[in-house]
Parts: sequence; C-alpha cells; structure tokens
Amino acid sequence: MAELISTRTALGDALVELADSGEDIVAVAADTSKSMCTDFLSKKYPERSFDCGIAEQNMMMIAAGLAASGKTVFAASYSVFTSMRVAEQLRTFICYPDLNVNVFAGIGGLSGGIEGATHMALEDLGVVRCLPNLTVFNPADYYSTKRAVLEAAKIDGPCYIRVGRDASPVIFDESYKLTIGKANTIIDEGDDIGIIVSGIILHYTLEAVNRLRDEGYGIKLIEIPTLKPIDSQAIIDMAGKVKYLFTVEEHNLTGGLNTAVCEVLARSFPKKVYPIATNDIYGESGSPAELAAKYGLDGKGIYKRIKKAIDN
Amino acid sequence: MDDIKHLESVSNRLRQLQIEMLHAIGMEHKGHPGPALSITDIITALYFKVMKIDPANPRWEDRDRFILSKGHACPALYTALAEKGYFDKKHLATFRHVDSMLQGHPDMKKTPGIDMTAGSLGHGLGAGIGIALAARIDGKDYQTYVLVGDGETQEGLIWESAMSAGHYGLDNLTLIIDRNRWQSCSAVDCTIDIEPLADKLISFGWSVNEIDGHDFSQLIKALSAREESKPKAIIAKTIKGKGISFMEEDNSWHQRPITDDEFEKAMAELKAGEG
Repeated sequence: MAELISTRTALGDALVELADSGEDIVAVAADTSKSMCTDFLSKKYPERSFDCGIAEQNMMMIAAGLAASGKTVFAASYSVFTSMRVAEQLRTFICYPDLNVNVFAGIGGLSGGIEGATHMALEDLGVVRCLPNLTVFNPADYYSTKRAVLEAAKIDGPCYIRVGRDASPVIFDESYKLTIGKANTIIDEGDDIGIIVSGIILHYTLEAVNRLRDEGYGIKLIEIPTLKPIDSQAIIDMAGKVKYLFTVEEHNLTGGLNTAVCEVLARSFPKKVYPIATNDIYGESGSPAELAAKYGLDGKGIYKRIKKAIDN
Repeated sequence: MDDIKHLESVSNRLRQLQIEMLHAIGMEHKGHPGPALSITDIITALYFKVMKIDPANPRWEDRDRFILSKGHACPALYTALAEKGYFDKKHLATFRHVDSMLQGHPDMKKTPGIDMTAGSLGHGLGAGIGIALAARIDGKDYQTYVLVGDGETQEGLIWESAMSAGHYGLDNLTLIIDRNRWQSCSAVDCTIDIEPLADKLISFGWSVNEIDGHDFSQLIKALSAREESKPKAIIAKTIKGKGISFMEEDNSWHQRPITDDEFEKAMAELKAGEG
C-alpha cells in the first residue's frame, strides 16, 4: 500500500519553504487557512498570511492588490469557489492584468464527495482553462503538487493549481520533474493502448493499467501536470503510435482534459479519443471511493471502460 | 488661497480637456461625461495637491496609490494624468478607439500612471485593501485612495471589503464615495436606497467624513487627515455633470456623445469660468 498524504499539505510545506528562502510571498484564504494549510505559513510568518473570512471575492481582490504591489500571492479556497464564485475577479483583475496570483483550488473532482454537489467541482478546469494568461496545473500527488507550487512561484503571472482533499496515494518522490507545458511519460511499453491522464486519478489509472498489462496489452501512459499550456507534441506523438487512445480525469467530459486533447488532435492529427470522465452530471454525496466506483472512475471502472471500448 | 485658486484653474482645465476628448472621439466611441465631471474636483485635489507621486516614475515604490473603482469616469483621471505629464495629451483623442493606450476603463498594463485595472463595479476597494496590506508588510507609509460611485455601494463585494478593511484597521486606506445621487438608470434612492451610508460605514469600523466634493479646502483637509487604526471614508457630495450647466443633474449625460453644438456651448462656459 502506497503512503497516503493529502495534496493540500503540499501547499503549506511549499509556502514555508518559499518564505524560508526569502521569497516575497503572501498567502490569503477564505476561512480555509486550516483546511488549505496556509496556516503552516501563518505559524512561522504571521505577517505574510491572511485569512480573509468567508468572503472569497474579497479574498481574490486583496490577492490582486497584493500582487499589484509586487508580492507573489497564493490564494487558497475550494475549487468550486476559486473557479466559479470568483470567476470574474480571477478573469478581470488577476488574469487580464497578468498579476502574480497563484490560486490553490482544493477539493477538486470527487475528493469533496461527502459534501455533495454544492462543494464538488467537476467543471472548474473547463471554466479556468479558457482564461488567457493563466497557467493551469492539475498535479497527481503530494510531490507533484509541491513541485507545482514551487514552479508557480517562479511564473510572473497567474496560476491555478487544482488539488484534492483527503490523503491520496504518493506516486512520485522529491525527484519529480515538472516542466510547464510538458507531459511526463509514466509507462512506455507498447502501442495497443494509449492513456493520457491528469490529476490524482492517476493512482486509479495505474490500478487499471496493471490489470491490462497482466492481460498482455502494450501500454503507453503519459501524465499531464499542466493542462494549460498543454503538451501538444506528446499528445500527437502518442496518437500516432497507439491503436486506442483514452483520456482519464476527475472532471466533466466537457472542458477538461478530454476537450483539451481533442482540441490538439482536431487541429493536427484527427483520431478517436475515448473519454473517461464524469458524463455531464453534477456530483452527489458519497465518499470519494464510493463515487469513483459509481461513476466508473476507480481502478476497476477505468479498466472496464477501456476493455469495453477495445472489445467493441 | 493661492492653492485653492490654482486647483480651481486646474480643474477647469481638466474639464476642458474632457469635453475636448469626449467630442473628439466621435459619436460611436461615446464616453461618460456626467460621472467624470462629478469627480473632477476630487481627482484634481488628489493629483495636484494631496498625493505623493512622480509622473516620471509611474511605478515608484513609495508613491501613493489611486484606484478609480467607478472606472467609467476615467476621462477625469486620464486628463489629470496627461496634464501631470504621465503621457502626451495627443492620446486623449484616441480614448475608446482600437489600439489606444486609453481603454474604456482604467488598465494598469496599458496606461502609465494607472495603479490598478478597474471598472467592473464593486472591485476597487478589495484591491485597495491588498495594496494597503502590502504597504504594512513592507513597512512603507504610502497611502491608498479608492474612489467609488454612490450607486456602486449597491454591490455586495463593497461590503465584504468594507468589513475586512475595518477588521484590519487600515489607517493607510481612504475610500472616497462620489455621492452624486445618480446611477445609470435613475436616482440612487429610487433604485436601491443606500442610506444611512455613514452609519453603515461607521458600524463597519470606519471613520467617516461628509464633505462638499467640489470645495477644495474641504477636500484637501479630508484627504490629508489621518486617523489611527481605522480606515477612512469620505462621502463627497457632488453634482453629476458639474461645471457644464446643461449637463448638471441631467442624467441623460451618464453616457452620451457630445455633438458639435454641445461642444461649442460647453467650452464657452468653461472658458468663461477660467480664473
């Protein structure tokens, strides 16, 4: 069993690391300083962390003002709020003036399951992906999230980093490399099945891959840490080699990874892409594992969806 | 007294520049004369007397900051910036035209001297809080001024921001409310009444000063005042369209192009009022 760490703690750890190294950072939260771990920073650098209360729009405007004054800002709340409640503040006052605000979007995908549809963002990546100037990260585990935060701090412009909630399997380690706009090759063992995956659903995807591998399929798997900019070349290369091509994501099939991949291929290398995503629905209450099973997004569900596509 | 006379002369000059630019841009690029004229004296007091700024160095770290949250009134700000030398006056006639540095609402990336992109109503105060907090973190003593419309206080975000500025005790932040009693469609009190405005702000932890927004001695005193541990609000009672007789209190001038005849008439009035 892999070690389990919440991707949210990566933010807290990375913030302290950045402040320790003398970076001029500030964190803001919206009654989420504990749940999004910005309190790691408050404990050591209280003057650099503000919990703005249950007022996400004001939090984003304070972030914009801090960034306009030269600060590298991290704004942390839940993805349903960071993408939709504050959509205009993010668009007009952060992305349009290209300000250095890094949005940390918690309980993305099914990870907020127990709260139900009101707190689950299955649409956030689609909303933010169409904003010019914004770099969109969707990391897969604790170490890749920490790397995403450190890379976002280097970018002089807005970033959106989607994370989960509960502890999730650790897949990578401190040596994880993240290059903006580059995919990571996880498996390159044949050309039967190509899988493009983004986010913490990588661990379920690896479960499905193990079963397919046992059945003798040759598999390629790439992980997409930045949905925007996306690694077009890696997608085109994979599409040119594999017989069947799948995308796997904890997101509605509209707007997220599948849409991004289809945009790339429609322009350069048309090929059928099978989406493994939620099918234009809102979520509901349930543990993330229960919901992943219900929506066919756990290891077994991903395996079955791939087999069904191949067998047809 | 010389100071006041000088400021009156500057504000007359800025009004002339506004009428010239809003006429020059043509009928299809119409701007907002009424809301710009109502804040022209406030802008004059800030940029020609109160604020610590350096037009040769628009990004000077120690400068006072200004956010025009009611961004549609930007002709008042653009003419002040041009008069101060942030950019050449020839740009004024390009306002709202394609490829212009002077956008329909203030744009910090395109126009020298603009401290914050603004214009979608309700947003300037929150950004001002961020700037004021940055000053606190950096141990700098610059002031941040945010100008909102009175109708703009109908936006809920204003009150999220007002609550947090009070909570943080931001004595380096000044909110100016352009109390001209009109909004786009109608009178403010007939639309959604915002009174008692001063009481609301006081209850949110602000100190509040109500003044005549066209009286320079009152403006200078209020804009320069400091109160420890509290953000400061100035409710500036103004006249929409101030300075042009046929625009004053006529809300059709909220947004409207200026014809040749109206231009001649307005300029004649302003020239007659030159000190």
